[in-house]
Amino acid sequence: MDMKREYYEDIELIGSGVVLFWSAAFLILLFTLPLYTPSYYIYLLNIIIVNVILAVGLNILVGYTGQISLGHAGFFAIGAYATVFLMTHFQVPFIFALPLAAFIAAFFGFILGLPALRLEGPYLAIATLGFGLAIMHVIGTWDIFGGRMGLHAPPLDLGIPKAGFSWVLESDVSMYYLILIIAIIMIVIAINLMKTRIGRAFVAIRDSDIAAEVMGVNLTIYKTLAFAISAFYAGIAGGLFAFVCGFFDPFTFNMILSIIFLVMVVVGGLGSILGAIMGATLITYLQYDLLKNVAEAPYVGDFLIAVSRKWFTVIGLENFGSIALGLIMIGIIIFEPLGMYGIWIRIKKYWMTWPF
Amino acid sequence: MIGQLIVEGLAIGACYGLLAIGVVIIYKTSEVVNFAQGEMAMFSTFIAYHILLHYHYPFWLAFILTMVFAILLGMFIEFAFLRPAKEPTALGLIVLTLGAEMLLMGLAGWKWGAEQKAFEIPMSFSVTHEPIKGVIISDWAIGVFVTAAILMTLLYLFFKYTRVGVAMKATQQNKNAAKIMGVRVERMFSLAWGLSSFMGAIAAMFFASRATLDPNFMMEPFLRAFAAAVLGGLMSIPGVLIGGGLLGLIENFFGYVWPEWKPIVAFLVIVLVLCVRPSGLFAKHYVKKV
Repeated sequence: MDMKREYYEDIELIGSGVVLFWSAAFLILLFTLPLYTPSYYIYLLNIIIVNVILAVGLNILVGYTGQISLGHAGFFAIGAYATVFLMTHFQVPFIFALPLAAFIAAFFGFILGLPALRLEGPYLAIATLGFGLAIMHVIGTWDIFGGRMGLHAPPLDLGIPKAGFSWVLESDVSMYYLILIIAIIMIVIAINLMKTRIGRAFVAIRDSDIAAEVMGVNLTIYKTLAFAISAFYAGIAGGLFAFVCGFFDPFTFNMILSIIFLVMVVVGGLGSILGAIMGATLITYLQYDLLKNVAEAPYVGDFLIAVSRKWFTVIGLENFGSIALGLIMIGIIIFEPLGMYGIWIRIKKYWMTWPF
Repeated sequence: MIGQLIVEGLAIGACYGLLAIGVVIIYKTSEVVNFAQGEMAMFSTFIAYHILLHYHYPFWLAFILTMVFAILLGMFIEFAFLRPAKEPTALGLIVLTLGAEMLLMGLAGWKWGAEQKAFEIPMSFSVTHEPIKGVIISDWAIGVFVTAAILMTLLYLFFKYTRVGVAMKATQQNKNAAKIMGVRVERMFSLAWGLSSFMGAIAAMFFASRATLDPNFMMEPFLRAFAAAVLGGLMSIPGVLIGGGLLGLIENFFGYVWPEWKPIVAFLVIVLVLCVRPSGLFAKHYVKKV
């Protein structure tokens, strides 16, 4: 089915007419979505797309390069705080502050990539985890970042206020279009990146770093580069997240958030950009909508409340989200290690070879 | 003052060490890093709390019941979650145990709520002695030292003289060879999880009596214990106890000088140590063969 016969076929952005048609249809759907969705869901959509950007970036690190990061909430926090800090303290316009913040995050990613050169598996996990905790602690301690009280995002001004040209985005809908366009750009960059020399080097490192080194892949450069690119994506996502939420404190970026980011990538499917998008969408939706209001869910809600009354506590039902996420994590590893992308591949194979 | 800091640091470090020994036993036996270690211990401590609060059993009876529960919980998690996973990757295993962690945390929050509770053990933190002038030692610290010493001796005897212990050591050294010699490797995995859950539950009771009991209370101690395990090299049990002691000392001294940076100093030390010795202080560096 998906046979590639020559190199140029492999590096094409859009493989076939079918893919082109469905991508275009999906994009049209995304761009017209605000016309027929209630306003609360626009906020939810914004958070979903922000998480999609982050998951695509984390997937480059975890799925393609095979490194583990339990500290991505740290890069996310750097993106959010740096964007807001640059805008409020140095009056940098948003369009420059966001990339600048992402480059700051990428720089920290590069720093974290240095110990990663010598560490793997659990050792890398503890190092990245420590990094995430350290970032959370630093921004929580230094008053210049608002301390434990948190920060308020300034108005989102796309123009350059100093030059007398300002274009303030106020509604969730206008922010939705901004985030959507940035997300599409970032995803296309990621897809293309994976088809270049850099992307192939990442995959080679994942499959066997010693073999990759023997083949002439410079591990120092490419491992730190993977961390830096991944942190860049997290920085962009964090900068946008700051404006979607409007208010954030250090505790927003705790270790659980890092775990949830990792879950998005694993549930979606490692080493696949489509998977990262699907995983981020599903997990964010579950986390912010379905599991948050599980008591009001049809059929299940009443049953859960009855169970809570009898065996547990009704007030503790808000912890149900964490139970469900835990079960999803365990279930996906046991039953479908390739994640949602694996399911999608199976369905596709079934249809394409149908009567057989 | 310095003597005081040393005693305090060693006591808290011994607690980290006890928790970390659990991590090491599992890692040595089945090469799984158990991120649910802290939450397994937290859940067992909540069981003890529940027994004490609702059934009014004496502490030691509740303690024994809790230990039985802890062992069963560890074995259950291995049996229900890890055994069905077929050839999982390193990342898959980490996600699996993180999933178990979230599950246990959610269950505890659902059952007992998020508010902080007081948990008391007979070794109180507030009863203090002053054997040498300037060195104040609490009953709690004495309890930690005695427990750590007893457990270390028992573990030594277990691995040296019992059939099961020797079988477990064989599994740690070479799974296939152990299988050929008639060791049921899967049972050893279950047993390792039970044993480590047991160690964790004891450590968690000490932590809970020092601070408070709530579904999140083991997160920070677990991260430190994990750091101690990494410092000790994830492979040797005495090394881990030394790692825990070192970590407790560093943290306590550092916390005395710069209190606001105390929570992260452990991790900075770990990252620095790992940069110099990627496999920890007391483990031989394992070079991968292709």
